[in-house]
Amino acid sequence: MNAVATTPAGRMRALGRAELSLLGRNRNAVVTALFVPLALPFSVRPAIDQMDLKGEGLSVGSVMLTAAIGFSLLFAVYSSLVSAFVARREELVLKRLRTGELGDSEILAGTALPAVCLGFVQSVLLAAACVLLLDAGAPAIPQLAFLGLLFGLVLCAALAALTASVTRTAESAQVTALPVVLVSMMGSGIIVPLQLLSDRVADVCRFLPLSPAIRLIGGGWTGDLSAYDALTAVLTALAWTVLAVFAVRRWFRWEPRR
Amino acid sequence: MDTNEHEHVIEVTDLRRVYGGGFEAVRGITFSVRRGEVFALLGTNGAGKTSTVEVLEGLAAPSGGRVRVLGHDPHTERAAVRPRTGVMLQEGGFPSELTVAETARMWAGCTSGARPVAEALALVGLERRAAVRVKQLSGGERRRLDLALALLGEPEVLFLDEPTTGLDAEGRRDTWELVRALRDGGTTVLLTTHYLEEAEGLADRLAIMSEGRIAVTGTPAEVTAGRPSRISFELPAGYFVGDLPPLGELGVVGHEVDGRVVRLRTHELQRAATGVLVWAERAGIELRRLEMRSASLEEAFLGIAREQEVAV
Repeated sequence: MNAVATTPAGRMRALGRAELSLLGRNRNAVVTALFVPLALPFSVRPAIDQMDLKGEGLSVGSVMLTAAIGFSLLFAVYSSLVSAFVARREELVLKRLRTGELGDSEILAGTALPAVCLGFVQSVLLAAACVLLLDAGAPAIPQLAFLGLLFGLVLCAALAALTASVTRTAESAQVTALPVVLVSMMGSGIIVPLQLLSDRVADVCRFLPLSPAIRLIGGGWTGDLSAYDALTAVLTALAWTVLAVFAVRRWFRWEPRR
Repeated sequence: MDTNEHEHVIEVTDLRRVYGGGFEAVRGITFSVRRGEVFALLGTNGAGKTSTVEVLEGLAAPSGGRVRVLGHDPHTERAAVRPRTGVMLQEGGFPSELTVAETARMWAGCTSGARPVAEALALVGLERRAAVRVKQLSGGERRRLDLALALLGEPEVLFLDEPTTGLDAEGRRDTWELVRALRDGGTTVLLTTHYLEEAEGLADRLAIMSEGRIAVTGTPAEVTAGRPSRISFELPAGYFVGDLPPLGELGVVGHEVDGRVVRLRTHELQRAATGVLVWAERAGIELRRLEMRSASLEEAFLGIAREQEVAV
């Protein structure tokens, strides 16, 4: 055979392109992905103004920045991917894709690609807006912030695949996605900086899945992160990523329940 | 390319498939398909056809036994098998908000040696529907889109799970012609169907499945051999089966009476038919709704269902 063989990158590009069209045609997904992350951080602004930030070496700009990126990860990436994975599974698209040349990880990655890219672009734009409009200042250790964002994107995609596995219909995805969204908003330093929580609560919250990613983004921006803290955060994020990827491989549901 | 005509492209040995709840859908079946052959799995709903095909497609691992497609395990050696197979699932599998062309383009990007999208759509007569969203297609058009995608990579082995269910008579005939053309081009086809005439008209060999087992397998002629032919007619008022000549002398091996309608089974169709017609001629009566049929797959199929009921 002289047929041109496909490559993993080419296959994922083809799938990602189709997913991008689908994302654009789903009004709910567009609203969730584009407007929630833009609107929500500004709605919590009054609450942030009430916080005692100065005592902890925080500024409104840097707190708003982690809040905005956190919301982008939770809504543009996590929530919209839970719906996407469930919808594709229930329409038997995932089953159909598995009859072709795509590997399982390529199917998941290709499906997640547009939402992950959207979350990345959105986070960069939100960060730029916080710098220009809220004096968040330039990032002190940009590599750390970037690493944190990457961890956040990968974890949100993997958590979305896991949540999809316990979700029966596309409609119920809005309910099953809530626990991760709420716990992360409250406990991972997205709405309330962990520095403002009591030490004992904060110590527990630091080990929530999205906490290390948010901590690396915030700490990378302010530079207010010791080498020990940075290393702990990276290792925690890495552990969650490995765990989540393993869990997806083990428990992801490819077909609807009969 | 391998040109060994007797090469077994699909080999199934003692395949079993048990679902999570403990239901045993496939209970130890063995068959093989040679290169270039059209092989049909026939059976009622729930006979285990789709459960079998899903294992051959590599979507599920067998619970027991062994399956080889083109010499490889389709589940564990996915990368070796997939570029050479095409699959048409029993239903769906396309995002409803994509257009026909977008769906085909996506699939082409994931298929080695894919033909041009326009050519694939033309093959199944969907070229005019390229810009239509999948959700607006009729059930038959969706089946044809599925077929187009299965054919996109010009596969050596084609799995068709109920390819004509939901198609109108014309669509069904078009699909049959396409399958015959593919077979003539050397493609090996495994299809499932519950349409008997489809299996009879298309398949080089077939297997009738019932309750997870293969009840009978062979060419359509082999499967129908040994099955009786049928004669049926309606007796006029005032006449009864007892008025016919002794049925045994006509070579009739069984009969049923349903109101005025009489159905006879025989292995000697000409002799039995002559006996009945000569009797009617002499008695001066007209047999209405007269039908005679040589042994058919339908008879084989119904016979197997009857045997199953007796066994239960």
